Amino acid sequence: MLLLTCPYCGVEAEETEFLGAGQAHLKRHMDGSTDGEFTAYLFERKNPKGIVFERWRHVYGCGKWFHAARCAVTLEVFGTYSAQTFEPPKDIIAKIKAKRPEWEAKP
Amino acid sequence: MSDLMSFSEIDGSGAVLIAAQRRVAMVTLKTDLSNKITRAAIKKLLGTTVPAQRKIANGVAWMAPDELLIMVPEGSTPEAQIEQLNANIKAPMLAVDVSDARAVFTLKGNNAREVLAKGAPIDLSADAFAQGDFRRTRLGQVAVAFWMEADDEITLICFASLRQFMFDWLVNAAQKGSLPAYLNR
Repeated sequence: MLLLTCPYCGVEAEETEFLGAGQAHLKRHMDGSTDGEFTAYLFERKNPKGIVFERWRHVYGCGKWFHAARCAVTLEVFGTYSAQTFEPPKDIIAKIKAKRPEWEAKP
Repeated sequence: MSDLMSFSEIDGSGAVLIAAQRRVAMVTLKTDLSNKITRAAIKKLLGTTVPAQRKIANGVAWMAPDELLIMVPEGSTPEAQIEQLNANIKAPMLAVDVSDARAVFTLKGNNAREVLAKGAPIDLSADAFAQGDFRRTRLGQVAVAFWMEADDEITLICFASLRQFMFDWLVNAAQKGSLPAYLNR
């Protein structure tokens, strides 16, 4: 079971109270981008066996979007944070590195 | 529990009394609740401070960081409340009458918690969920919000379109002999 903490409600809730919406921190290639960039933005998603950054919505609660950093294998959650950011916050990265020294943040 | 006339449907056949309330007047207010001037205006207007995260006090419930649910007090109307809110809150805001959008239920009985615990994925023990707490979650597949009116009474709201489904669900969940009576031990 995946337990996420909604940063807006401050409550640890079970997965079924949320809606998962895939990879976070996508760069939105629009006007002036190449076909390749646009295709990548639309269709290409990472699917790592390990640390993932995802978008979630507290759909049965406050209705707010947020981001979560977790491990796709063990379901360990390293933290949830505001969606109003382009990259994971430093404290979340530090937490992941502390627990998974071999992990490298890739852009 | 208010008087019997305020209920449209009551089922007392189960271990917990399930009752559907008639139209309850309520207003949703959307605005930035961290704004100090707004908070002061709300306090002046409603006579109660903005409730803390996931709390309900004096008929005002915390729905989200930018949303309140205001039960319209007796003697007032949603229209009057909305007019007052519009006039007194200077920040960007929206107040809407949601009375017809909501169905309100009362669950009364010592094991009222057990009925909700069958469908809501949250900790409903007395330690984790007490009077004054307000929780939006799901019950079965239905988006709901509920709070403890008293130690043995829960008020639950959901969308009006699901009124009958929710009533039947609650009656079914409250059947005699089906409650483990674990949470009140």
